[in-house]
Amino acid sequence: MARFLVHRLWQSLLVLGLMSFVVYSLIGLMPGDPVDLMITADPKITSEDATRLRQLYGLDKPIVERYGNWLKAAVSGDFGYSRLFAKPVMEALKPALANTVLLLGLSFALALAIALPAGIIAATRPYSKLDYAVNALAFAGISVPSFWLGLMLIVVFAVLLGVLPAGGTGELSKGGVWENLKYLVLPVATLTIASVGGHARYMRAAMIETLRQDYIRTARAIGAGETRVVLHHALRNALIPVVTIIALDFGNLFSGALITETIFSWPGMGRLIYDSVMGNDFNLALVALLLATLLTLVGNFLADVAYVWLDPRISFREVER
Amino acid sequence: MRKTLAIALFALALAGALVPASAAAAKDELVIGITQFPSTFHPNIDSMLAKTYILSFARRPITTYDQKWQLVCMLCVKLPTIDNGLAVPETTPDGKKGIAVTYTLRGDATWGDGTPVSTQDVLFTWEIGRHLRSGVGNMELYRSLYKIDVKDLKTFTMHFDKLTFEYNAINDFRLIPAHLDRKNFADPVAYKTRTVFDTDTVNKGLYNGPYRITEVVTGSHVVLEPNPTWWGRKPHFRRIVVRIVQNTAALEANLLSGNIDMIAGELGLTVDQAFAFEKRHGDKFNIVYKSGLIYEHIDLNLSNPILNDIRVRRALIHGIDRGSISDKLFAGRQPVAHSNVNPLDWVYADDLPKYAYDLKRAATLLDEAGWSTMKGGFRHNSKGERLTLELMTTAGNRTRELVEQVLQSHWKAIGIDVRIRNEAPRVFFGQTVTQRKFTGLAMFAWISAPESVPRTTLHSAHIPTTENNYAGQNYTGFRNAEVDKLIESIEIELDRAKRKKLWHRLQVIYATELPVIPLYFRAEPYIMPKWLTGLEPTGHQDPSPLWVENWGIKP
Repeated sequence: MARFLVHRLWQSLLVLGLMSFVVYSLIGLMPGDPVDLMITADPKITSEDATRLRQLYGLDKPIVERYGNWLKAAVSGDFGYSRLFAKPVMEALKPALANTVLLLGLSFALALAIALPAGIIAATRPYSKLDYAVNALAFAGISVPSFWLGLMLIVVFAVLLGVLPAGGTGELSKGGVWENLKYLVLPVATLTIASVGGHARYMRAAMIETLRQDYIRTARAIGAGETRVVLHHALRNALIPVVTIIALDFGNLFSGALITETIFSWPGMGRLIYDSVMGNDFNLALVALLLATLLTLVGNFLADVAYVWLDPRISFREVER
Repeated sequence: MRKTLAIALFALALAGALVPASAAAAKDELVIGITQFPSTFHPNIDSMLAKTYILSFARRPITTYDQKWQLVCMLCVKLPTIDNGLAVPETTPDGKKGIAVTYTLRGDATWGDGTPVSTQDVLFTWEIGRHLRSGVGNMELYRSLYKIDVKDLKTFTMHFDKLTFEYNAINDFRLIPAHLDRKNFADPVAYKTRTVFDTDTVNKGLYNGPYRITEVVTGSHVVLEPNPTWWGRKPHFRRIVVRIVQNTAALEANLLSGNIDMIAGELGLTVDQAFAFEKRHGDKFNIVYKSGLIYEHIDLNLSNPILNDIRVRRALIHGIDRGSISDKLFAGRQPVAHSNVNPLDWVYADDLPKYAYDLKRAATLLDEAGWSTMKGGFRHNSKGERLTLELMTTAGNRTRELVEQVLQSHWKAIGIDVRIRNEAPRVFFGQTVTQRKFTGLAMFAWISAPESVPRTTLHSAHIPTTENNYAGQNYTGFRNAEVDKLIESIEIELDRAKRKKLWHRLQVIYATELPVIPLYFRAEPYIMPKWLTGLEPTGHQDPSPLWVENWGIKP
């Protein structure tokens, strides 16, 4: 276990290091820099101003030198200043991260809470009316564009019925848990509907496959009730492939949902990453993307631990391989 | 049956409980939707309309342009002019023609914490503005302002090293409260990361207007409440919330649901979106279209030999029906532009050469230019080369993409093969346009001020090149010695009648030489609740909230 952990740590650091260089280089290679964008916003900026500003923001240095300076500072805990938000990067990141964890965490939990039981139930009654209904709803959820879904929910619940706000976040000075929570209802619903279908289908497929195994037949033969067969014998094995999918989704919890956040004006990581990349805010874009990478790595690590817990036949050595 | 009734009643009660309480309290609270969040709240670092819009509720400039496009005092007592003796031409120490302009700040002007607005703030602002590493973007004013003499706490004289007709317009000189930010300027290089405007945006001492910022949620909203030290007319609204909704469809939905009360014209829907909205919901709102100084046009790359031919440029403009575009796409709300000067500007010349939609004329011009052979529906020259041009604009801008398609079809009718190639704004403006990498036509807009001299867009010294670090906005590469001289003369001509004559000649050359195809001046649609009064759109960069104390409720 210790060897596994150390090995994983080294792998993660290597991946993060490579990612940081790749991301920094790609942003640097994008056409235009922040000063170009300033010039288009203010025609009075002269060539002297442009030179001065490029020197001030270090944009006149070669990209490798800029990356090196960033890396040196990052290793000592200084992730720099966000030009787009006019504050240190971590200060700009924290509220967006909190908003995203809240939004996607809720929708993720809700999606799993609906999808896993739905998939299990559909798998135990294959080709029944219930199974067809679950499949139809799953495909509908997978197929519907989140952009359209979000707008339709706004039209129905905010415009026509007027029971929920169309977007934004609550105002801190107005207080009240409900006052702020109601802003979450529609974006969470959008994300949940969009993801529940996929998870339900994975769970159903994995469960059907597992229920076909010989040991399940044996369990039934020795008199185990259907509920025990499904939940005690089949579920743990069926969860192994599903855990892989969930682990991959874990990284998304922190990288945000750009379209949904834009539609609902939810200031989360998706919008932050997009705005920082488009606004050429190197420091913020880099740290935000590295954070998403790190958390994806964490998700995969947790998945590997979960495999071992779910199936005692799997050891950490096998997981490493 | 009873169970069903109980469920229905419960659902109704739940729905009733969920109705936002804000609906009942709307009349003393105003919620405004805009599409951008400022990157900083510092008035002099980073130009951004969202910042200017929000700050204009809470801060007053010394001078500004009003709704009639006239320069007025806001923080000063009297606008200094040569006629009233408060502005005196002088010779600078190094022998240039300059001017000394004296301002007196209002005696009752104070910051939100009660500290008087004073010449200390003037000197501090000057110190920040002229420091090369403070982060101030546009230093044009500070380069010219070489000395400030302070008479007392309220009166000061600015000495400029050039004498231009705009000598008394110091709209860009936005005061910074010295008593709050001086300590942060101890390290000028670190100032932009330490300024109180961003580290403590809700500090009341930052604001001298009718409102002050009391809450900021980055990317979401800004809340403003009345400033108790405001000296002017008491503002009506107890609270103003500016909500950021980037997506315009969501912005409309927010308006219809009552989440916001109005959409700001400065940063809201486009005209065609507003027009479509008006058709569906125009009876519920007051929609005002204000023609502004956003000049939508097509820059022509004159380095392209095809476009370097004046006959081709005239054929291009004759070949498009701009009137029909204005009528069909914008319901006539955005009238055709004939030059880069807005008809509402006092220097506008109304006798300019105008180019009617004339396909025969366009065809004749193209024949004369050597594009006389038709093959496959497109014109070719004697070498067999097809008349092909590339048209670019910002991808994702639905209005521009629509206009592009119309233009393409118009030009196809006269045998010009126009290929559309759009780019994301950060690429388009970040490199393609600013480094003159577009090969043919680039459609975008200029934002300017009243009587804005087009030095950077038309003077030959402002063609972006590698040598000048791609500064300058003369993207067409236009070179005309007479235009250069006119620009230089206009800037220093103090006599209005003489200046108007110079402007007239400049506009005639612009309309004759056509370095640019003028399209229209964008109108800004203000979608307001019927109960709101007093909001007067300005149509230029000094936005409407500068007069927020006049906004109120219909009796």
